[in-house]
Amino acid sequence: MTITTAATPARWRVKQPSIIPGFGLTLGFSLAYLSLIILIPIAGLLWRTAELGWSGFFSILSDERTLRALYVSFGTAFIAALVNVVFGTLLAWVLTRYRFPGRRLIDAMVDLPFALPTAVAGIAFASLYAPNGWIGSIFMPFRIAFTPIGIVIALIFIGLPFVVRTVQPIMEEIDKEVEEAAATLGANRFQTIFKVLLPGLTPAILTGFALAFARGVGEYGSVIFIAGNIPYVSEIAPLLIVIRLEEFNYAGATAIATIMLLISFAMLLVINLIQAWSRRRYGNV
Amino acid sequence: MEVRINTIRKEFDRFAALNDVSLDIASGELIALLGPSGSGKTTLLRLIAGLDFPTAGQIFFGEEDASHHSVQERNVGFVFQHYALFRHMTVAENIGFGLKVRPSASRPAKAEIRKRVSDLLDMVQLSGLENRYPNQLSGGQRQRVALARAMAIEPRILLLDEPFGALDAKVRKELRRWLREFHDRTGHTTVFVTHDQEEALELADRVVVMSQGKIEQVGSADDVYDRPQSPFVFSFIGESSHLPVEVKDGTVLFQGEPIGVSGQADTAGDLFFRPEDVVLTEERDALFGKVTASRRLAGTRIAEIDIANNGHDPYHVEIEVPLHAPIELGSEARFRPTRWKIFTK
Repeated sequence: MTITTAATPARWRVKQPSIIPGFGLTLGFSLAYLSLIILIPIAGLLWRTAELGWSGFFSILSDERTLRALYVSFGTAFIAALVNVVFGTLLAWVLTRYRFPGRRLIDAMVDLPFALPTAVAGIAFASLYAPNGWIGSIFMPFRIAFTPIGIVIALIFIGLPFVVRTVQPIMEEIDKEVEEAAATLGANRFQTIFKVLLPGLTPAILTGFALAFARGVGEYGSVIFIAGNIPYVSEIAPLLIVIRLEEFNYAGATAIATIMLLISFAMLLVINLIQAWSRRRYGNV
Repeated sequence: MEVRINTIRKEFDRFAALNDVSLDIASGELIALLGPSGSGKTTLLRLIAGLDFPTAGQIFFGEEDASHHSVQERNVGFVFQHYALFRHMTVAENIGFGLKVRPSASRPAKAEIRKRVSDLLDMVQLSGLENRYPNQLSGGQRQRVALARAMAIEPRILLLDEPFGALDAKVRKELRRWLREFHDRTGHTTVFVTHDQEEALELADRVVVMSQGKIEQVGSADDVYDRPQSPFVFSFIGESSHLPVEVKDGTVLFQGEPIGVSGQADTAGDLFFRPEDVVLTEERDALFGKVTASRRLAGTRIAEIDIANNGHDPYHVEIEVPLHAPIELGSEARFRPTRWKIFTK
């Protein structure tokens, strides 16, 4: 032991010289920042939940109202993300492939859900789709607002830019040669799009789906106006959390939050694994 | 399949990329379109393929006017410069793609497709790699997958855009030889685009030299190198120097003095010659100038010579001299072209 110590040079350094300096500083800052913003709040959440003990946690988890709320939240977010994948990809296609007057305007409009206060969007949707609203009255007696369908519509609005903005840049990079190659091999437009172009976009579409889905699960502001918030039917989990908080049932609120956290985490993990797999196969995006 | 290109013209926003080009390609020929960038060679290739459509003129495949047929109808094999492989498909799926997308009436059975793919893989010497993805292959392997994919549809002609452009020098040389053998074996009418004259001269039956949207010369490697028909071809292919001369009474005059070279009709123009086509001489009637540099080139030496030009910038020429010729920097060299061509201005 002493021999090895003696043999090593006296100037042992933690830092390897690097052409990109500041590793220690930036990593330290990143970790501190992540702790403050994400890790400590989540730890607090879990801490608060732990006060319930396993039996308390499971009784909240198995409560019919909690289960229905989770089902509504994840179900509507999932459907909305699916819808966004289809129409968001279509919208990205139109924006990248064609040059038409007003294209820039539409391109800018895509970001509107990012900027608009979600409550404003929720109120607008509620008044449009309500049974006596412009659009809602057309569909009567079929009700859109104050049902899970209304929630899906609000979540589609919220999630749209996530899909468009992840798919668009990848679509812009598609090599024209690839399409031409498909054409010289005899493929028609339909085959070129569905067999050549879209499979190449899969990783980007999956990312867009994951983002839109995650955003939809946590959405509160726009949904509560159009959902009707009927327990067991159109009550979303974030609203149930607020209700529990208003009842000063903090442990109950954090328990629901923890369950949402776990489900979201599991789903994002699965999506990330699919992405990693497709990246390994096809090379980087 | 012979291909006839009849006074074809292609304009992009009124800029003529191709200017009334005509070319006959015989069945089974290996043709190189050679030219600097912007000469219209790739445009011509894309017009033959049907990836672009001519502004005027026709393209005949055999007797059939293919000018307005879509790329799908033309049934051509096209190998892109960057291969354009489908990266989400395996090698086998890439090669079989052209067969799989056929309408069900003419689509071969699955087993048949598999057999064709494996035959093609044999042909391009990539057996055993059928389940790899393109990003797991080297550049040369991708190139051959692209070729096999183009061949799978049994194309009437094979078109290659800068087929070796993205490869390193060694692989490029190997593939060049391999493509020649491949062509001799399959006998497909093949047109390839290149800006590398060595590649064109070595590989092609006939070379089409293009410049500024026009064909400058069509001919064998010997034709374009030994008998260039335009100043452009003379200077684009191989090394050359040129000097302004006059021809009077059967003698070529440079700056009014005879240089020991005879000409025919009286004219004024540019005298072109290659470095290897000169002899050093002691005689009075010759070109002479100051040696400004000399460099060793394999078995010979290239001397750079400045010929005085009455106080203007000197004319710069390069000549090849024997290794032991008494050429020293700063000394005067006297020489005469032994083979030359005068292009009238």
